[in-house]
Parts: sequence; C-alpha cells; structure tokens
Amino acid sequence: MSSGTLYDKVWNFHRVKELPGGSTQLFVGLHLIHEVTSPQAFSAIHEKNLKVKFPNLTIATVDHIVPTSNQQRPFADPLAEEMLSTLEANCAHHGIKFHGIGSNSQGVVHVMAPELGLTQPGMTVACGDSHTSTHGAFGAIAFGIGTSQVRDVLASQSLAMKKLKVRRIWVDGSLQKGVYAKDLILHIIRHLGVKGGVGFAYEFAGPAIEKLSMEGRMTICNMAIEGGARCGYINPDEITFQYLKGKKYSPKAHEWDKAITWWKSLASDSEAKFDDEIQLDGSSIEPTVTWGITPGQGISIKEKIPNPELLPQNEQQIAKDACKYMDLTPDKPIEGTSIDVCFIGSCTNGRLSDLQEASKIVKGHTVATGIRAFVVPGSQKVAKEAKQKGIDKIFLKAGFEWREPGCSMCLAMNPDKLEGRQISASSSNRNFKGRQGSANGRTLLMSPAMVAAAAINGKITDVRKLLKD
Amino acid sequence: MKQDFPKGEIKSIKGRGFVIKGDDIDTDRIIPARFLKCVSFSALGEQVFADDRKELKGSHPFDLGQNKGANILIVNDNFGCGSSREHAPQALMRWGIRLIVGESFAEIFFGNCLALGIPCLTASKKEITKLQNLVDENPKQIWFFNLNDLTITNQKELIQLSLEEGAYKMLDSGKWDATSQLLDEGERIMKTVKSLPYLNNFNQ
Repeated sequence: MSSGTLYDKVWNFHRVKELPGGSTQLFVGLHLIHEVTSPQAFSAIHEKNLKVKFPNLTIATVDHIVPTSNQQRPFADPLAEEMLSTLEANCAHHGIKFHGIGSNSQGVVHVMAPELGLTQPGMTVACGDSHTSTHGAFGAIAFGIGTSQVRDVLASQSLAMKKLKVRRIWVDGSLQKGVYAKDLILHIIRHLGVKGGVGFAYEFAGPAIEKLSMEGRMTICNMAIEGGARCGYINPDEITFQYLKGKKYSPKAHEWDKAITWWKSLASDSEAKFDDEIQLDGSSIEPTVTWGITPGQGISIKEKIPNPELLPQNEQQIAKDACKYMDLTPDKPIEGTSIDVCFIGSCTNGRLSDLQEASKIVKGHTVATGIRAFVVPGSQKVAKEAKQKGIDKIFLKAGFEWREPGCSMCLAMNPDKLEGRQISASSSNRNFKGRQGSANGRTLLMSPAMVAAAAINGKITDVRKLLKD
Repeated sequence: MKQDFPKGEIKSIKGRGFVIKGDDIDTDRIIPARFLKCVSFSALGEQVFADDRKELKGSHPFDLGQNKGANILIVNDNFGCGSSREHAPQALMRWGIRLIVGESFAEIFFGNCLALGIPCLTASKKEITKLQNLVDENPKQIWFFNLNDLTITNQKELIQLSLEEGAYKMLDSGKWDATSQLLDEGERIMKTVKSLPYLNNFNQ
C-alpha cells in the first residue's frame, strides 16, 4: 500500500470518515459543474428538498453544448438553449457563481478553472466529466464523477470513494524538438494500455515531466483517464507556483507565502512508497498518432499501421475492428494518410501554448485544398490572449476558421461534427467510434502542432519537417 | 421499456440474458454524445447503442425480438470506458438492464451503475466466454443471479462471479444510493472544513 505520496497526504486531509462497506467519505474542495451532467442532479436535490451545502465551493460554466460560430442567445438549437437556461436557473437559485457566455471567463471547464487560479495544489476536485483528471497537474486529486455523485457533492460536499493504488510513472530525459506533452501521454497510454490504470492514481514524475510547462502538465493529466486511471497528478513545484501567482482566485499577499509552505509539504516524500513504479525514456519518444479506435492504439510517425495478426493475442480483435472501422491498411506507414478535417482545441489541447505552437507551424503556409481546418480556443481568456498575440490572424491567413470557445468537435454535442466517413486530424482526447459526431466518422489523435502540419499538407506529416529553427 | 427501477436491497436477479461482444466498448458507443442534449434521463432507454444499432439495421442485440424483456447483459473487457456520463448506465437501465456480467469494467462506469442499483459482476475471460456461448445457444433460458454466493446459474451450469466487498455490502444492505449516508455526517464535514489549510487562509 502506498504511503508518503501526495495522493496519500491529500486523501488524509480530506477524509471525513470511513463508511460501512469499505468506502471513505471524502470532502470535495472544489466542485466544478457544467450543463450536461448537472441538471438531473439538481432535479434530485429539489425532489428531496435539499440545499447545495457549499455554493461557494461550487463553480459553474457552460462548454459542451455551446455553438462555436454564433453564441447569440437564445441559441439556434432549442435543446442547447434549454440546457444552458436550466443551468443558469439552478445557479441563480442556489447562489452558485456562473461563468457564462459573455462573462469573459467562460470556457471548457478544465481550461477556465485553472486559468482563474481556482485549481490549487492539495485540493480535491470533482466534476461530472471524466477529464477532471486535468486538474491533477497542480498536485490536486481530481476525478470525474457521474450524475448521482454530482448530486451527492451538491448535497453534502463529499463523496463515497475507494482509495486507489498509486503508480509512479517516471519519465527520464527530455522531449525532443517537435515532440510535445500530447506525444508523451499517447506514448504512455500505448505502453500501459487503456485499462492499465484501472484502480490506480498515476503520479507523473521525473526530469521530462518536471521540464513541462503547466499547460503541458495539464495535457498529461487530462489523458490519465484514457489510460484507465481515475486521476493523475504531478507534484507541485516552482513552475506550479509561478503559474498560480497573481491569478484571480490564487492566495494573495500574506497568504501566498503560507500557501507555498503548505503546497511544498504535499509533494511525495523522497522515501514515499508506491504500489507500482515504471520508468520510461522521454528522449526516445517521437511524434505519435493514433490509428485505431482507442487512445491506446497509437504509433510513432515513423511506424507502420500494425498488422492485427502480428499483435499480441489479446489485442488482435480490437485491432481488427479498428482497421475495419478506420479503413486504414496494415503495414502501410501512418505518415501520408490523407485527412479531411483538422481540429485544434478541446480540454486536452485548447490552451494558449497549444495554439501558439501550432501557429508557428502554420505561419507562412496555407491549408491544403479541400481540407476543413479550424481552431477553437479553450476559453474566452485563451481567445483574447491569442488575439492580442496575433495568433488568430496567422490561422485565418492560412485558411483556418477561428471559432468561439467551447468543447466543439471533441465530442460534437454542438453543431461542429464530422460528416459521413470523414477522417480528422484532431488535438482532442478520444478516437472512439462516432466520437466526433458522425456515426462512422474517423479520428486520428495527435498534438496541435501535428494537426497544423496535417492541415498544411492535407495528410499526416512529421511536424519536424515543418519546424523552423 | 421497464420502468420499475431498482430499489432497496438487491440480493438476487432473475431473467434472460444476452451478449454484447467486444473489448473496450466505451460510453460514447453506449449512448452517443448527441443524446446527452437533455435535462432529463427519461428518453434515453430507446437510444441505447443508437449508432451501432443503426449500422446493424435491426440485427443488433438490443433490436432482436428474442432479447425483448431480457435484463442481464453479458459483456467482455473494460466495458464502459471513456466518458463519465451517467447517461450510459441510465440508458441501459431504462432499456431494462438490471445486471451486467463481464470480464472487467471501467471505474467510473462501475460506480455509476452501482449508484443506480445495477450490479456489475466480473468473471475470467474463460468463464465469460462460456457464459456468452450458453446464453447465445439458448436465449430463452432463465438465469438466476445470487448476491449471497456471487453466482449465476441456469440450474444446469453455475458460474462463479466476483464483486469487490464495498459494492457487495452496498447492494446487500440496500445502501447503494450514498446520499443519505453522506448527509448524516454534517458535523464531521464541518470539522474537515476547519482543518483544511486552503479553506482557512492557509493557517495550519
């Protein structure tokens, strides 16, 4: 059993009591809500005549259903409008702060909360969205929950949880030029499998992790869930503190120093015990692209699409399904695969640095004929800062569409969707069948810079060939 | 559509089974994202596996006449991975599923099912394959699940299942809906609040 890890320390701070049946009642320090998984939870609260216990620890925004072209109210889609107005009414009724359209702080929940300084080391964070694992980048324990649990947190600010085991994933070296956090996490998931993390919290550590910016760290923790881990985290350090300094909800003045002292004490001890440890070499990782229908089906840009017959027995069936669904030919290089749509955005890769890195590739080029390419900033703040830096102009000049913030084509609960058998190069997190809005649409996951390269060449390209010195 | 949703202690389940084959079946497939545009779960039962069903034009297990009224689903490995949407188990429950048996389940999906009173039991690949074959060979036969000894049987064959202790106790006691237990602890919650540095100006 693990001891002395950040996970153990944060768990102990938030333990309310042991429940009969082996679960722990765990206090939730920050509850993030949005329009998709909260309406039924609020209904349940109202039916039971309960109140929201800590409205001040609950923060709301709207992201999944917002259109990215025209955000005028009422929305063109009456169902989307109904979901947003339901959330607005629930927040107003219970006194919950709502970061809505036009607030300058609306955005994808996992982008907007960190940039406001809401997510801090040592917190427990819960949200009715599996990518809540993102907030672990700050040394918080953050996990996705279902709607019944959203109801529980609203009513009691706590959850019945089972303690996870802790696996440390130590990454040596440093990432090569043209290789990003996204490549690293796709590599890790390929290595450990999409259910390798079931029952575990992942601690990402080692030189290659420590060198990452907070935005890169969020990308890593965001996709911990795609490896089956309920949460992933990185020990807080100077990079974390620098990111948080001066943010709207960060500790101020005299509290700041005390906060740093506490945050530093949370990092896993040098003699901490882990339930499992693995080590990888970050320097050997190359740009990585998925070819299949799970985020674990990824290969480096230099590799060929696997032949299902030659894979380990337990991977053969899903690989056969994937080849059939994706209509990609085994033993053919992934590089050069033609694509139709290029999407830069999502809670994985819709942050300022993602747009900035992609714009460096795009600058001076134009989108290939017949390709639909678009950029969706992760939040209103990202959109504003990108415009200040002229990043929107670079994309627009190259022939990209520049959209309003939202979840967009990551899961297509809004008008942004693939059509028919279209194949997309996407900076998002899931390549499941039908994920991007067409029942038979196809998704290849990669870094935003790789998406930019694909947009320019109209096919999957090694981004390093387009890097300027 | 069955609307008699689970309540109270869940010690046994009886009914016909059917099979959904394949590893890593994600919640996007169980209920595609476009159906999440709703403020109530009530219509989800009809939309379960919508895209897979459309593709198979009536021959999907959820469309076959023989499976109408069946309530036990037999699946493979890592069922319910991906998105945390409770809409997935809600869709299954509202279609009529009351028990899921498989090789393994994704964690959030497992928890969501438990919170609705849908037990998710596991068995080895070999045992699941055997169960899937038995169910496929004779879709009409009735299976009996017994929580007490964690078995499922058709009176001729018996398959041993597994369930973690916490979930077992919650189903056995009927306390799988956690809200009331959590609400009982108002005082202890306030004690935790007072001890958390970040809620107390970082004074420790």
